[in-house]
Amino acid sequence: MTAVSTASVVTPPLRLSRLPWGLYAAGLLGLLLAIAAIAPQLLATHDPYALDYAHALRGPSFANWFGTDESGRDLYSRIIFGARESLLIGLGAAGVGIVLSLILGSLAALAVKPAAVVVDRVVEVMFAFPALLLALLLIAIAGPSALTEIFAVGLGTAPGYARMIRGQILSAKNSGYVEAATALGHSRARIIGAHILPNALRPLVAVFALSVGQSIVWASSLSFLGLGVAPPSSEWGALLDAGRGYITQAGWLEVVPGLVIVAVALAATTIGRHLQAYLEKGEK
Amino acid sequence: MTLTSPSSGIATGPAPEPAPEAGGAQAAVRRPSRLRAVAFTIGRKLIAAIVVLWGAATVAFFAQLALPGDRATVILNIRDGQAQLRTPAELAPIRAEYGLSHPVIVQYWDYLRGLLVGDFGVSYQQFRPVTAIIGEQLGATVILSLTAIFFAWILMTVWVTLTAGRGPRVRGIGALVDVVAAGLPAYWLGIILLLVFALGLRWFPVIGGTGVDGLILPALTLAIPLAGFMAQSTRTEFERALDQPFVISARMRGMGDWDVRIRHVLRHATIPAVTLSGWALGATLSGAVVVESIFSRPGIGSVLVAAVNSQDLPVVVGIVTLVAVFYVTVNLLVDIAYTLIDPRLKAS
Repeated sequence: MTAVSTASVVTPPLRLSRLPWGLYAAGLLGLLLAIAAIAPQLLATHDPYALDYAHALRGPSFANWFGTDESGRDLYSRIIFGARESLLIGLGAAGVGIVLSLILGSLAALAVKPAAVVVDRVVEVMFAFPALLLALLLIAIAGPSALTEIFAVGLGTAPGYARMIRGQILSAKNSGYVEAATALGHSRARIIGAHILPNALRPLVAVFALSVGQSIVWASSLSFLGLGVAPPSSEWGALLDAGRGYITQAGWLEVVPGLVIVAVALAATTIGRHLQAYLEKGEK
Repeated sequence: MTLTSPSSGIATGPAPEPAPEAGGAQAAVRRPSRLRAVAFTIGRKLIAAIVVLWGAATVAFFAQLALPGDRATVILNIRDGQAQLRTPAELAPIRAEYGLSHPVIVQYWDYLRGLLVGDFGVSYQQFRPVTAIIGEQLGATVILSLTAIFFAWILMTVWVTLTAGRGPRVRGIGALVDVVAAGLPAYWLGIILLLVFALGLRWFPVIGGTGVDGLILPALTLAIPLAGFMAQSTRTEFERALDQPFVISARMRGMGDWDVRIRHVLRHATIPAVTLSGWALGATLSGAVVVESIFSRPGIGSVLVAAVNSQDLPVVVGIVTLVAVFYVTVNLLVDIAYTLIDPRLKAS
């Protein structure tokens, strides 16, 4: 026991061969996704906009891996070309959510008493609205668009993360090393900058990865409801929305894009969870 | 919806036990002070909840002001579905109807007073009070939501009792299913269920009616992710409880494994899931937005999507506020119940 605890004071070295297969699968999917987002023509088999009414609503085959839509467009290629927008929305929303929750969370934990209490209550009020409803409220005001979607999802996820960040900072604030630094006479600003924030915000990398997965799912929910990116785009949620009218004849138009979204979200979660476990192991 | 682990917030281990009380006489003396402490804690929670609700109402009110442009013009344009300049003669009745000629602070005060008596204002589009619009549709959504929570509890308890604390492989599969189920987006799960059970097997109607068989698939769509989510925290607690002294003593008395699991461990393990009740109600009510859309069910979710599309803000704000009220109230009730039940309440 003692040997283990002394050894793990240092962040353990990353051994690639020891990683579980789930992480490899997630990494591979992440790589494919990155290629699809940066250079979709490398992966696509068809022109995603080429209309071909003779082959409309065909099921999955060797020629069209994921089948075709009502205008004969190749679904696989459309998903590949939709990756950039879906990913950007997911990353953007996660970014907005994290920045917002970082501001709220650290104010609630570090600001002087009356201000901190007010921020605390603001977070509490935001928390009273379920995330999707908070997002819908913003969309009702600003009108549906990709940008609104990013801010709506970011706003929806922020209260949960703000609470988490607040907790992290508070527990760092009450720790032994901060007490020691205070005893040494370090200034408040130095203690916050050099001790509290670096330690409290370490898990944020993992949280960001988790949040990207969650944001992609949320954003596609909004597009699915017709309240996000509109159907001519091949953003994944918009693909789902466009396929809804054909569910009785062409179920793959719904199943495949949904499966892609679930897989990507699961991959982001897997990476986030492992990152979390890895960072926590280093902390102990 | 999926990823923030609920167990981290709740299952922080048992609170420190209070010092053992000395003698019956002293306990009797201490009793009023505990009553006072309980009353004080409940009062504080009640005030906190009221503050949150007031904040939510304030957000809701200012959200309605946030539409750019002159409000009366905006309302008329939303009502007619076209954007154009309006003459003062056209605007006057709108201004009178919505009280727009008063200063904002007076409007705010009237809005808050209206909320207290259940008046959410008048829809921009339908010429009707929001309360009437919501009232017609609320029943369907609440039934859906409660059925989903009921299903989720059944699925969760059966699955956790079967798989928690078994061999490593069964445990692994059990936990994996929890995580995957919790991560399934409602729209996709709903479509899969629809494709398999309504279009493929034809067990259920495709367009959900208001009958019982039209309720099952939508409720399951909401219940499965919820069950996965609750199962994650229940499983942790379940496996922890299996090692507790009271379980060992039950086994020593000769109780069978199933009896121990169901009568002792399960009851102990579901506490974190009960704590999630408020959250579960909020999650199913907002999940209903997506599910009602998939299954073409009536309900406040469908009304909400239509209202967001047409920027009918009083309706949007009314529904959002109502869900927030539900959420805060249930959380408050759960909290108060714990305060009453938990003897470890500190007197401070």
